[in-house]
Amino acid sequence: MYLYDDLDRTLVTERAAEFRDQVARRLSGELTEDEFKPLRLMNGIYLQLHAYMLRIAIPYGSLSSDQMRTLAHVARRYDRNYGHFTTRQNIQFNWIKLAELPDAMDDLARAGLHGMQTSGNCVRNITTDQWAGVAPDEIEDPRVWAEILRQHLTLHPEFSFLPRKFKIAVTAAAHDRAAIRVHDIGLRLHRNGAGEVGFEVVVGGGLGRTPFIGKTIKPFLPKRDVLSYVEAVLRTYNQFGRRDNIYKARIKILVHDLGAEAFAKEVDAEWQPIKDGPLALDPAVVAAVAGHFRYPGYETLSDNPPELAKARASDRRFGTWFANSVTNHKAPGYAIVTLSLKPEGGPPGDATAEQMDAIADLADRYSFGEIRVGHEQNLVLPHVAQRDLPAVWRALEALGLATPNIGLVSDIIACPGLDYCSLANTRSIPVAQELTRRFRDLDLAQSLGRLHINISGCINACGHHHVGHIGLLGVEKNGEEVFQVTIGGQADENAVLGTLIGPAVPYAQVADVVEDIVEAYLELRTRPDEIFLETVKRVGVEPFRERVYATR
Amino acid sequence: MRLVRAGRIVADQYVRVLDDAPIPEGVPVIVPAARFLADAEEILRREASTGVLWPNNRRIAELAPHLDRLALVALEFPNFKDGRGYSQARLLREQYGFHGELRATGNVLRDQFLFLFRAGFDAFEVVKDADAAVFAESVARYSVFYQPAGDRRIPALRARLQHPRTFATCERV
Repeated sequence: MYLYDDLDRTLVTERAAEFRDQVARRLSGELTEDEFKPLRLMNGIYLQLHAYMLRIAIPYGSLSSDQMRTLAHVARRYDRNYGHFTTRQNIQFNWIKLAELPDAMDDLARAGLHGMQTSGNCVRNITTDQWAGVAPDEIEDPRVWAEILRQHLTLHPEFSFLPRKFKIAVTAAAHDRAAIRVHDIGLRLHRNGAGEVGFEVVVGGGLGRTPFIGKTIKPFLPKRDVLSYVEAVLRTYNQFGRRDNIYKARIKILVHDLGAEAFAKEVDAEWQPIKDGPLALDPAVVAAVAGHFRYPGYETLSDNPPELAKARASDRRFGTWFANSVTNHKAPGYAIVTLSLKPEGGPPGDATAEQMDAIADLADRYSFGEIRVGHEQNLVLPHVAQRDLPAVWRALEALGLATPNIGLVSDIIACPGLDYCSLANTRSIPVAQELTRRFRDLDLAQSLGRLHINISGCINACGHHHVGHIGLLGVEKNGEEVFQVTIGGQADENAVLGTLIGPAVPYAQVADVVEDIVEAYLELRTRPDEIFLETVKRVGVEPFRERVYATR
Repeated sequence: MRLVRAGRIVADQYVRVLDDAPIPEGVPVIVPAARFLADAEEILRREASTGVLWPNNRRIAELAPHLDRLALVALEFPNFKDGRGYSQARLLREQYGFHGELRATGNVLRDQFLFLFRAGFDAFEVVKDADAAVFAESVARYSVFYQPAGDRRIPALRARLQHPRTFATCERV
């Protein structure tokens, strides 16, 4: 976990003080709402359908137990006792009062938390693998690089007023769990032919109304150059990105319009003069940041201890949860535990203040005080000793956080939709809730295998529907809520956009349509371990289209 | 509008010349970019200082050959959200080595001061009097900066290396 020092703490405190002053000027009328809007957005505050929403940054999804308790406190004291974890590893609170916001920010700042750059046209929270630092398949800890980038891009004097928002993701593992190819900049740490570790730089990915898979403009960038190169990309975008049309303002449009090669040339022209300047990272600077990360003092343990073997043999429910929600850790005798925030009938990603406090206690007792937020809107205890798994499972069961549906059909990613969001065209949470009821049978869910459903309540695609194995996009048609259905999307290293299966279907029929698609898959697959995506790749969308529209 | 320079409200010595008006002799002027480029030698031959108002959608590199004879460059901020001028400013200061007055003009408000200052601006045409009055405290609001920029302050990454013990981490975050 990254530990703040005096510098980090001072900055967050100064930010909270500045924000208090801005709110005071708004409340006194010195600032109009129009003038205040960009200032509040720079602190993560949106004006939603019913109230102000506060989005708090969780850099690369990493939280200490004390920070989690602070989030619980904010939920209790300033909101309606719950918070919503987002697809960008942040948390948002939906019922905040403007006059109380400065106090909430102060409470957050004391725990090293803030809302800086969680909205507005700036560089947003830098995300990474939720298993960073503990995943067996990573070549190094990507959080060090996410943190270096976070610091460099926080309150950046040149890049705080970009044409549009800007999202960066970093991965260091063979399997991309950070969806880097659908980000404005995706960075993949890998080893080149000479055995050196550096970055593949991908730009111009993104979802929204014009989805693109990012293009690689630099197959291998030495580590020392990562800040200067990112600066060159941002400088190119800041000067030449479109500002005349909000829907064409993301970097993906600039990359597409210029072509990836011409864009890379522009970036190179900006990069050459600065690459050997103050942004060149010497190893001492990297080491200083890496030195702020504390790693657990793991005990010397062995895999599959008797406590675990016994529980797996004697308790089928534990065995099911273990098989689904527990993942290999790089330290022997330890495990990564995913906590499902997708209970039957629940809004995806929500947690109550009581759950947050209890998770913090579990983290202290069993996970070296550390918690992660994943982009699939679940939480992670990253360092649990395998011998403690039965106890952790019992505790999570009691909290409603042990639904063994990670990666399965009911582990749905959904945006807040029309229940909260002022941009939404349709509801999305109730669709997710209904689907979790339809697929409540865990044996069925297990037998379906890996199947990701993503739901967005409007074309802005916060639910990442384009890269869902089944993607549902809510649109409004003649005053009715209808959904476009895509299949075959994925967000990992083989990222691809889903294919539309046919005309939009009414809100009331969406769950039936998903059931039809799932039934068609069960009939079409050639063996039980051919996952949905593989079946779609093999047979195409046509058989699914026929099934869904034959009777509609 | 109030002009803030070197942290203080001052009188503006420059006269803004429009595209088709005659250029007065003997007084410092700010000339629009297109007109300047069309007649640079003639304009620069005058006795008094010359400034150029550069639009934010034109490559600043075009101005580079003239910079050593310009006393001032004014960059435009048509609204709070349009940040192109920040990149132009840093290029002027850090790559082209411009040492003259770098002036922010347009809709310049209090909450931009620090960003502008750090990008290398040293003069500000401030829309609201109340904002101009609090310029000094606005740019002093932060004491920590993470990145190197046009103002040459020491960024946190370097400060940590220079004074490692001053910035001890807190074990409980």
